[in-house]
Amino acid sequence: MFKKITKSLAVLLLIVVIAILVSLIIMSWPAIEKFGISFLWESSWNPVTENFGALTAILGTIITSFVAIVIAVPLSFCIAIFLTQIAPKKVSAVFSQVIELMAAVPSIIYGMWGLFIFAPIMAQYVQPFLINTFQNVPVLNFIFGGFPMGIGVFTAGVILAMMIIPLISSVIRDVVNTSPTVLKEASYSTGSTRFEYVFKVLLPYCKNGILGAVILGLGRALGETMAVTFVIGNSHGFFQGLFMPGTTISATIANEFTEALGKINPAALIELGLVLFIITFIVLCISRYLLKKGSNV
Amino acid sequence: MNTIAKNKRIRRKIIDYIFTILCYLSLFLGVVALSSIIITLFVKGINAVNFRLFFENLPPLGQVGGLKNAILGSVMITGVAIIASAPIGILIATYLTEFPSKGKLGSIVRFINDILLSAPSIIIGLFVYSVIVTVTGHFSAMAGMVALALIAVPMIVRTSEDVMKVIPNNLREAAVALGVSRWKITVFVIYRAAKSGLITGVILALARIAGETAPLLFTVLNNQFPSSDIFKPMANLPVVMFQYALSPYKNSQELAWAAALIITVTILVLNILTRLVFSRKRKIT
Repeated sequence: MFKKITKSLAVLLLIVVIAILVSLIIMSWPAIEKFGISFLWESSWNPVTENFGALTAILGTIITSFVAIVIAVPLSFCIAIFLTQIAPKKVSAVFSQVIELMAAVPSIIYGMWGLFIFAPIMAQYVQPFLINTFQNVPVLNFIFGGFPMGIGVFTAGVILAMMIIPLISSVIRDVVNTSPTVLKEASYSTGSTRFEYVFKVLLPYCKNGILGAVILGLGRALGETMAVTFVIGNSHGFFQGLFMPGTTISATIANEFTEALGKINPAALIELGLVLFIITFIVLCISRYLLKKGSNV
Repeated sequence: MNTIAKNKRIRRKIIDYIFTILCYLSLFLGVVALSSIIITLFVKGINAVNFRLFFENLPPLGQVGGLKNAILGSVMITGVAIIASAPIGILIATYLTEFPSKGKLGSIVRFINDILLSAPSIIIGLFVYSVIVTVTGHFSAMAGMVALALIAVPMIVRTSEDVMKVIPNNLREAAVALGVSRWKITVFVIYRAAKSGLITGVILALARIAGETAPLLFTVLNNQFPSSDIFKPMANLPVVMFQYALSPYKNSQELAWAAALIITVTILVLNILTRLVFSRKRKIT
């Protein structure tokens, strides 16, 4: 009897996940029917003419997450190395606690901080500097182009990076902690420096685990809503440089869903959600695979 | 020859030195950025906290008022969500650890739980909107409770499973040898042994859903007026933060910061308390 109750609840969980997929498909059916597969690469987003394409939102999601990963991964790696290799045990314990606590702060707080504190700093100091520096460099002057407005794709990426640093660094710390001490003793006894030990011994050994941690962070960044919605500026224009406002899948849904009218508009927004669900599902599978492979070594 | 070797050694040392400095710098940068968030929150939040906050209801945008009904609404929505999801999550974890099935159901459920855990919370919001809000025809506090419970359940399953998995098999075997029935073993032996871990998991899940905003946007919405009817929209802190922070009025933005401070302090206190209380206990057992 007791077993049956627990089993039926487990099966219920299964049904809920299937129901999520099915209900998203049913609710977005008008849009799927109207736009077909071209929804994925059409870039227009016009509620008035009821013409919707997901490309800008998908690209925005990928670009902001990419910026976040580029910033967060080296920092998180160095923080994890500091916590495991450099700091004395007590110092490491304190900072580990602080970093884990920061992971508990709700994402909307990051968003508010981004809008009210960080965006003005970006607009005044960081963006003018980057724009001036790369003014005459081809390609880079497009990427770092735009006006120093503070909000935009780049700012969203930085806020996302701050959000995922606690997560990535604590997972890398755990991965590194499971590596055998013999490795460390052996490489130091052959006279290698800490840098050589970390990059030539530890990194190859923990490769899969670290990659798994990075992809875990990527998954979090891809689906994050509130931190991004505050600072991205919600504009459906095609990508015009990192400092221009843009949008992501989740920000589009959060901003427009309660105001969507008619039949096609809400359906298109839910189809965006479906695309996001599939993307994060794929990312989850990759990170699970890598973390599992990493722990088997 | 000697000088080349010496140069090489110096170069290696310098590289190592630079790397060490970079590590210190990263930690410093991380701590500065993160503490800036906390400091801002306290400076802006404490400025906005006053007597009114806890005794007056939400004002219309741009006017002065308090957060009384939003606080009550948040307590009610997250409270019901966690009370509903704690037993469900623990029972599912029980199935995974105590009744290892011969078939594949266990690993499938584990995988499904991971999917739900990693699903963006806004997707959960869309799902609950699709199955509850469109069916009942209006936003309601109940829809928000379901959405938050759907986020809490997979977290509780994960943490409870981790705790119950490491309970030594001797306990189970000893109980079975005494002729105790399975459910009694689980409830009186396993749950008791895993108690502090289970409670930690539930409290951390509570801390997590207390700040969730995205799934509430299209489920509970917001309500300026005090209401305890779970079939109607209800005021709640996260949506107040979202709507009031993005409004152009200074009064409203201050209310948003006050709400942010209340929520973050609650979450941090819950986290720190579980660390202080339960990490010590776990070491003893």
